[in-house]
Amino acid sequence: MIGDLIHGIFLMIWRTLTDQPEAKSDFLAVFPTAVQPVVSAVLTVSPLLAGFGLLFALTTLLERKGLGRIQNRLGPNRVGPCGILQPVADGLKMITKEDIIPRTADRVVHLLAPIALVVPTVLAFAVLPYGRYLVPMVNDAGILFFFAVGASTELSVFMAGWSSRNKYSLLGAMRAIAQMISYEIPLIISSVSVIMIAGSLSPVEIVQAQGSWLAGGFVPHWYVLTPWGLTGFIIFLISSLAESNRSPFDIPEAESELIAGHLTEYSGFKYALFFLAEYFGTFAIGGLAVTLFLGGWHAPIEALEVIPSYVWFVLKLMALVSLFIWIRGTVPRLRVDQLLNFAWKFLLPMSLLNLIVAGIWHFTAVWDFPCALLVRWALCAAMIAVPYTLLGRALNAKRNAAHRTYRYAT
Amino acid sequence: MTTGAEQPPAVEPIPSAPAPAPEGSGNPNFTILPKDATDDSDGQLLEVAMGPQHPSTHGVFRMDVVLDGEKVVKLKPVFGYLHRNHEKIAENTTYLASMPYTDRLDYFCSLTNNWAYALSVEKLTGLQPPERAEYIRVITAELTRLVNHTCLIGFLLQDMGALGTPLMYAFREREWILDLFESLSGSRMMCNYMRFGGCRVDLPAGWLEQARKVVDSYPAFLDEFETLLTENEILVARTQGVGILPADLAVNASITGPMLRASGVNYDLRKVDKYGIYDRFDFRVPLGDHGDTFDRYMIRMLEMRESVKILDKALRDIPTGPIMDPKAKIRGFRPKAGEAYGRIEGPKGELGFYLISDGSPNPYRYRVRPPSLINLTILEDMCLGQDVADVVIILGSVDIVLGEVDR
Amino acid sequence: MLGEGIIKGMAETAKNFLGSYHDPERMVTVQFPEERLPAKEAARSFPFLVFDGQDAEKGLRCVACQICEKECPPQCIYITKSKDKKPDYVGKAQFYPAVFDIDISVCMSCQICVEVCPFEAIKMDNDVELSNTDRFGGLLLNKQLLAKPNSHFHKIHPTEADEVDGRLAAEKAKVEAKAKADAEAKAKAAAAGAAGAPAPKPAPKPPTPPPA
Repeated sequence: MIGDLIHGIFLMIWRTLTDQPEAKSDFLAVFPTAVQPVVSAVLTVSPLLAGFGLLFALTTLLERKGLGRIQNRLGPNRVGPCGILQPVADGLKMITKEDIIPRTADRVVHLLAPIALVVPTVLAFAVLPYGRYLVPMVNDAGILFFFAVGASTELSVFMAGWSSRNKYSLLGAMRAIAQMISYEIPLIISSVSVIMIAGSLSPVEIVQAQGSWLAGGFVPHWYVLTPWGLTGFIIFLISSLAESNRSPFDIPEAESELIAGHLTEYSGFKYALFFLAEYFGTFAIGGLAVTLFLGGWHAPIEALEVIPSYVWFVLKLMALVSLFIWIRGTVPRLRVDQLLNFAWKFLLPMSLLNLIVAGIWHFTAVWDFPCALLVRWALCAAMIAVPYTLLGRALNAKRNAAHRTYRYAT
Repeated sequence: MTTGAEQPPAVEPIPSAPAPAPEGSGNPNFTILPKDATDDSDGQLLEVAMGPQHPSTHGVFRMDVVLDGEKVVKLKPVFGYLHRNHEKIAENTTYLASMPYTDRLDYFCSLTNNWAYALSVEKLTGLQPPERAEYIRVITAELTRLVNHTCLIGFLLQDMGALGTPLMYAFREREWILDLFESLSGSRMMCNYMRFGGCRVDLPAGWLEQARKVVDSYPAFLDEFETLLTENEILVARTQGVGILPADLAVNASITGPMLRASGVNYDLRKVDKYGIYDRFDFRVPLGDHGDTFDRYMIRMLEMRESVKILDKALRDIPTGPIMDPKAKIRGFRPKAGEAYGRIEGPKGELGFYLISDGSPNPYRYRVRPPSLINLTILEDMCLGQDVADVVIILGSVDIVLGEVDR
Repeated sequence: MLGEGIIKGMAETAKNFLGSYHDPERMVTVQFPEERLPAKEAARSFPFLVFDGQDAEKGLRCVACQICEKECPPQCIYITKSKDKKPDYVGKAQFYPAVFDIDISVCMSCQICVEVCPFEAIKMDNDVELSNTDRFGGLLLNKQLLAKPNSHFHKIHPTEADEVDGRLAAEKAKVEAKAKADAEAKAKAAAAGAAGAPAPKPAPKPPTPPPA
């Protein structure tokens, strides 16, 4: 029995690492049938949480060191070699801090708000395919589940602002919700274009649809390499920055000018939970972007498929996270009304246009005269670029952006 | 407030003259706005103190802002948290002993403060600094201008939320110039370098080469800075059209310095007064057209480029010679009775010192004209009708240093 | 095109990011206290008293003229003159400070005391690691703590120390030359006096202080 257990564990680890199906079956066979679902669930969820927890710690360190190098300084490098243990120090600090709750605050809601943020974010991890056979929950409507669960995070922001019994937290929370709701729409519509083309709401099938190579195995069939896919990807990225409250959309959580946001009255472990949930949200949306546009766990070149699939997933996810950190280090913050203008007047029309272009791309796929690909690219790119320039000009119409001339007196 | 009204209540106008406080109560320095009987969440005015401890006000400075939703309806700056009795101390010490205190006025630009004070005393007594001293003064003043404008742009971007990247680049460049100041005068910020009739000590060996290196590498840094910032759409969106200061209002409110030139008024003391040897240098004065925050930012960028031109020429043409007027005395300095007002174009505006001497070693009256304070008086007019998020950016573009505002 | 400025900015930050790994002009961080930058020669922190030779009491240049105490802007120097005199570097009997205290919590490092000292006795140190656990007594440096040898002065400010030494040596040479001339004149007068005619004795001139 013990021998079977250990054999089962080894087989499970070996099969997971080498991309083979039915990894858990031998291990689960040791247990009686009644408890098998429970054990299976525990086995699925714990590595997920542990892995993403480790990734979270690594990302906080990477962010601080990356921002430091961008600003020509070293990041943290005192705790452990190259500052590796800095997240441990931060975690200890957060846990041992005093938990201050305002006297008039609504204690139950105050406690529930961070939990209500972490739980949906972790739930959203359940549908993403991390490897060839590594999907926690195979669901035909996985994308719908993801968005439904992701939208419920906005409720917790409001709970945080409301329970603090602080005028400024409430106003900050309302601003944060306005931002998050406005950016849900371009997010969803840009992913609808992928769903339309792939023909399914299941992330597993979407990744499989991107699993072929053109040009002799050197050009992958990822959706990001099509004109509508590229546009969709960019819109998705901008909206995901806004959804996870990162720069340049970090009005809710920055040491803002006036209103300190919905996180004012949180300290200690609850603040750590909010922080954790924000990063988990970034990973979840990044993981969805990888699934929808970047080909999921496929390698870019067919020859490199020998490298296990989850490695590719993690590499692509970290590339996206590094892009987010890079953007954070470069651009200042938008004002709230400018942010909302941008979402409604620019991103929304562009994402609707993207749907149409995706359809045109799909229906012109039957053309087979020579350089049909070039013609299709040119047509779709023009259909996107022209409204982009026009909309961009309309957005900046009130000011002549950076084209002022200055006169000199001698 | 009429009860049971169908339409939303109209915003009541702010009373123009608040009721005077009864004798013996309250503080004569400010009055509290009369409270309304209704609840704040009705859409009535919200009064916020952006208090002395704040991550985005440049020092201990408070603004009492009254908001109608997001728009600013009234703004009152409250300062004095850094008042150190500089002018009164000067009345009780000698002229020379006030010189280190002037370092601490606008602590970013200590050398220009020193020059303004030395200029006033030289006007009072008729001392003439020699050629080399004048060149050294111009070089250090223009280096100070570079330091100030670079750091200001860094701080403005920091207030806008750029998380410190332009600020770190600005401070990296500032370090080279502070190294120059340290090898010249012994101290990075509190230089105490100018004396009445010249400079305290001559340039050390190798200083000119080092300065030339710094100045030659500066245009590349400015190009890099501009690429990062000037065409950034977010910066443009947040600063263009924000905090407009019309030219006539600026002139009426005695605004000086880059703020005035951004509103289009051609007034640069280096061209008007031609103090020192500025008439030998060929530089242009950039002027803005709109008077908004973006103009103030761009004017400072362009002024930095002009300063680099002046520095190039000065570093080439500096002669050898003495650095102090031989008639100047360090101890026992008693100017004859009289008064003088000496002013320079400091990086923040017109910095002036008004001295009345009665023949004794201490001045009878010593008055500083602080450009930061006088430029700050117009803050309310610039911020009315703007969003509250812009108030901090407008304050950043006014370029105040509390050491100068409060003295 | 909308977004072009942001992309240019991002290219700029990427250049800085990559540059910080190999270009010392970009990564300017110095990890104090493991690495230290060499101090500039002119750097100043707080004053110290110079003494010539090995003995702090005998070689102290300060003659307690109290000029620095008067000229100090925040008035942080406290001097008490001694009752007796001791010979200085040229041999003349001068007062010396019985008490010489500087309160470095008040001192603002302005260097005016150095400028006005006629005897090259007080100079600026450049040590900045002066933390102390006693906020009041620990920051009041007395004569023993302030007195440092001329070799220390040479170490921290070599050019200035050489100049000062040159001036003092010139002063000393002048005084010795004058003393020798006086002695010769006296010898001649004594010889002439032995011959009968009284020779006028020239009044001895006090050594002029070197220019500040």
